[in-house]
Amino acid sequence: MASSTRGQALLLVAILLPALIAAFSEDNPTDQRILVLLDDLALKSSHSIFFKSLSSRGYELDFKLADDSKLALQRYGEYLYDALILFAPSVEGHLGGNLDVAAILDFVDSGHDLILAADTHTSDLIRDIATECGVDFDENTDAVVVDHINFAVEGESDHSLIIGDKLIESDVILGKGGIKDPVLFRGIGHSVNPASDLVVTVLSASPSAFSAPPNAVLKAPPALTGTSISLVSVVQARNNARILISGSLDFFSDKFFRSSVQKSGSSSRSASGNEKLAVEMSKWAFHERGHLKAVNVHHSKVGEKDEPSMYRITDHLEYSLEIHEWTGTEWKPYQADDVQVQFYMMSPYVLKALDHNGKGLFYTSFQVPDVYGVFQFKVEYKRLGYTSLSLSKQIPVRPFRHNEYERFIKAAYPYYGGAFSMMTGFFIFGIFFLYHK
Amino acid sequence: MTAAEVAAPSRGRGGASASILSYATLLLIGILAFAIRLFSVIKYESVIHEFDPYFNYRVTQYLSKAGIYEFWNWFDDRTWYPLGRVIGGTVYPGLTLTAGTMWWVANSLNIPLSVETACVFTAPIFSAFAAWSTYALTKEVKGVGAGLTAAALIAMVPSYISRSVAGSYDNEGVAIFALVFTFYLYLKTLNTGSLFYATLNALAYFYMVCSWGGYTFIINLIPMHVLLCIVTGRYSSRLYIAYSPLVILGTLLAALVPVVGFNAVMTSEHFASFLVFVILQVVAIVYYIKRILSPKAFRVAVAVVLTVGAVFALTLIAVLIAMVATSPTKGWSGRSLSLLDPTYASKYIPIIASVSEHQPPTWPSYFMDINILAFLVPAGVIACFLPLSDSSTFVVLYLVTAVYFSGVMVRLMLVLAPAACIMSGIALSEAFATFTLSVKYQIELPDPPAPQVAPVKQTGSGATSETSAATVAADLAKEKSLSEKGKETLRERPKRSRKKEKESAAEKSVAKKVSKRKASKVLPLEASAVGIVLLLLLVSFYVIHCVWAAAEAYSAPSIVLTSHTADGMHVFDDFREAYAWLSHNTEEDDKVASWWDYGYQTTAMANRTVIVDNNTWNNTHIATVGMAMSSPERQAWEIYQTLDVKYVFVIFGGLVGYPSDDINKFLWMVRIGGGVFPHIKEADYLRDGQYRIDGQATPTMLNSLMYKLSYYRFAEATMDGKGYDRVRRTEIGKKVFKLTHFEEVFTTHHWMVRIYKLKPPKNRLRGKNKRKTKPIAKKSKPSSSTKSPGRRS
Repeated sequence: MASSTRGQALLLVAILLPALIAAFSEDNPTDQRILVLLDDLALKSSHSIFFKSLSSRGYELDFKLADDSKLALQRYGEYLYDALILFAPSVEGHLGGNLDVAAILDFVDSGHDLILAADTHTSDLIRDIATECGVDFDENTDAVVVDHINFAVEGESDHSLIIGDKLIESDVILGKGGIKDPVLFRGIGHSVNPASDLVVTVLSASPSAFSAPPNAVLKAPPALTGTSISLVSVVQARNNARILISGSLDFFSDKFFRSSVQKSGSSSRSASGNEKLAVEMSKWAFHERGHLKAVNVHHSKVGEKDEPSMYRITDHLEYSLEIHEWTGTEWKPYQADDVQVQFYMMSPYVLKALDHNGKGLFYTSFQVPDVYGVFQFKVEYKRLGYTSLSLSKQIPVRPFRHNEYERFIKAAYPYYGGAFSMMTGFFIFGIFFLYHK
Repeated sequence: MTAAEVAAPSRGRGGASASILSYATLLLIGILAFAIRLFSVIKYESVIHEFDPYFNYRVTQYLSKAGIYEFWNWFDDRTWYPLGRVIGGTVYPGLTLTAGTMWWVANSLNIPLSVETACVFTAPIFSAFAAWSTYALTKEVKGVGAGLTAAALIAMVPSYISRSVAGSYDNEGVAIFALVFTFYLYLKTLNTGSLFYATLNALAYFYMVCSWGGYTFIINLIPMHVLLCIVTGRYSSRLYIAYSPLVILGTLLAALVPVVGFNAVMTSEHFASFLVFVILQVVAIVYYIKRILSPKAFRVAVAVVLTVGAVFALTLIAVLIAMVATSPTKGWSGRSLSLLDPTYASKYIPIIASVSEHQPPTWPSYFMDINILAFLVPAGVIACFLPLSDSSTFVVLYLVTAVYFSGVMVRLMLVLAPAACIMSGIALSEAFATFTLSVKYQIELPDPPAPQVAPVKQTGSGATSETSAATVAADLAKEKSLSEKGKETLRERPKRSRKKEKESAAEKSVAKKVSKRKASKVLPLEASAVGIVLLLLLVSFYVIHCVWAAAEAYSAPSIVLTSHTADGMHVFDDFREAYAWLSHNTEEDDKVASWWDYGYQTTAMANRTVIVDNNTWNNTHIATVGMAMSSPERQAWEIYQTLDVKYVFVIFGGLVGYPSDDINKFLWMVRIGGGVFPHIKEADYLRDGQYRIDGQATPTMLNSLMYKLSYYRFAEATMDGKGYDRVRRTEIGKKVFKLTHFEEVFTTHHWMVRIYKLKPPKNRLRGKNKRKTKPIAKKSKPSSSTKSPGRRS
């Protein structure tokens, strides 16, 4: 019965989709309008493959110079764009139209996505935006990532064109199958806040890499070395806004996309993995993948349909919800065995994995603990690459009513007997005492 | 029904008119008791006062809406979040049911009262009842005159007014009536030996148990009196009838009240009554056996029984002690222990000690609360010993215990008030009787009816009209009763003597006393006249004081404050302003945290879920809030986050000089928090043992959430920007600071309530690089709320 209504709902979505396509909505989480800010309009042609791949996927790209004075992210309090690509590493002070760090961050905090690329010369503005998102570029402004072992032979002699192949294992972020080919990278490295569970390194440098000014004599050990150097990272904010930060602008360029790679010390050449990696990550960043929604949260006593306003201790209850995953074109039932529900009052009293029927319905049933109070049904689902689901629903649990206790307890029969025999005895004694002379 | 007692048939001279007069006087006393408590309504408005009454009001609303079964089973999910509270099982339902019934009756008669109106006027109505029961009780002890005087006194005793002004909708309002009425029925049973009154007594006791936790006073005082009677050889069948049904029926009935339940047989507070019950049975058997056995056989029986009984009693006591000793508090509840050992609470239970009404009273508060009664009481005690009867020993015992309890806890001054009124009533009435009799015998010895007018003429100058009427009536009634008492007892005795021979010992003694006084206690005319005038002056002073206390001292509802300055009266209505803001601007299910004092008001007036409230049943939960208030901002934010708190408010009096604000209560929060969470140490908040918030304050103090929420932006608001706190009379220690995890959402007109909202967890987590953000962060300060340097994990 539930599946048929869901079928109808999906049908409805399918019918309405064209109408909704113009704007970002809950039914189509993929972004639509993208503002691309460039240092130089030449980037539009030097990075054309990346932009073409975006526009071929249906995005409306709006190219602007970063210092364009008519730049505006919002008008009358409404954001004009769903996402921002910031390919302007050298813009200083603030962007055109007086957009500063705070404006960009407010854009993100209101749920919009951001792709940000730095380069060998990156302004403080871009660094600050990255820092606010949890990504710290090397504070030495001259430093680039240098690797004297894993470099590409095509590059200059300073070995700053390096090859990254340490990729995160995540089908959600990298697409099915992952990236097999080596990835070219030339730019600055960054570290991520280890305390943060929001930022994830996608591409990290090899153990032999370090971050330092090229061709300079090092007087002190570099601040960033080895695999702790992140080259490309993604951030998913708590409101599920996604941010992609790369230390290299060339990483997205046609030149890197098209060139073949020969790793130092090896003779074989292979195509670069840049194009696939960049495109797949942009799909993730713009919510074409890994976007979950939970709907139809329902709970009731076993065998009943309506949600009660309150449970009683030791009631048996059923809990269910539907989780759907966005594939870029439609909502599909999400499949996982690790979704858990908590019955929570300061600490989880019940923690149970939810069964699912393969059609997106997750369900379980359990007994309310013998403790009264104000409980919550909590689902906290956080998986790498997926939007985090955090649902909680408050429900009070009351103790027994006065007439819900056992009326006659077997163990108390002797006492009942005692009471009644006492009463009878007293009655007889009363008659005897009053009327017997 | 108490008035019905007055209408006892009296056929003697002026009997009917005297009876009508005392009737009318009682009615006037009732009106006086009611009317004197209306100052709060007239001066302020018809509003519920203080803290606890708001809870009672909310419960009554629920009762009137949902009915008695729903009330009984009410699980309240809006307090003590997330634990909830079983209201039906933890509340004394007497007051609520009383007001609910009154409301229901009025509405059934098509009188459209609001629940609030019924609640506001419950206490004044019941103080009239209390005055009438005091009359009845004192009449049992010393006759009608003393009764009327005592009733007039209690109608306006400030101690009682303080807890029963209109709007003070608290348990004590009905409980004092129940207390006095139970005592009256006990004495009535003791004097008559009637099983009917004994049953009524158990029912009255039941009502008392329903109404107030102070019922343990009854169930300990009456056994003490019974024991006293037995020890002093005053055992009688009347005593047996007065006590045995009370214990059995009373305990059974008490166990029906959910909040008492099995406590009625399991806690030490009740053990004394059972022990005395057993003793009474033994004594009754001994008296019975003594009567049927010859003296010689009796002596043998005593020897046998004593040896066997001693063995039994010893084992029983050993078992009892072992049982009691296994419980950590020796079976006594904290509040009772603090009664027996006044230092107990301050040593072990800060939550009890923190309540101002649980502190010992100061000497002036005796003068304030019972005024001249404090001086009249000893005279009353002496009068009670001349002659000693069962009932007069009872009131003496009542007085002595009440004096002790009032010395332990200022709140229990309330229990002392009726005792003091009874004693003073007796004293005044005896004194008036002596004086007027002297006057009467000296002026017109041969013609008794005339002098009744004499005292009236003399009183005209002194007192206000009401009291002079009352005292005159008391005089008249007293004379009547004195002259009549002898006849009455003589007339009634033959009737009763068939059933109960040992009856009316008290009345006999009164009769004896009258004849004795007639012979010997005639004072000179001038001395009597002067005495009467002086007494009337004293009484009028009492009346003036009581009216002043009712009008000025005890009528402020504390929810609305006023202050008088040269340019007129200022009204501080900040509390209601804040609660209204909460109810209009927050979500239905939002949780609001504050110190527990304001919990009841928040749930009742703002209708928002609170973490802790004035029903301090869970010390840990209160300690958690105390810990949050005494922690630095970040930790406090985390604590509140685990409790799903959305808003926090503090009461702050520093701007207008309102002394009972949260900064002044803060040390108690620290103590209570530290009692459960030892990392909160009181010493960290004190500089050299001194509590201060100025420049000398400790960093812990200045960084605590309470300091920050109280003084946030305070320096800007004061005129010279110095941040002068008018309560602490000092400049505050830290003037300029920012809040990172809380944001101010509302501050009331006089800054007395400051409401803060918890910021949500950060959307993004910042990296470590700090240096470069600064110039930009400064520039973008107004629009950015995420610029705070702290990181969260």
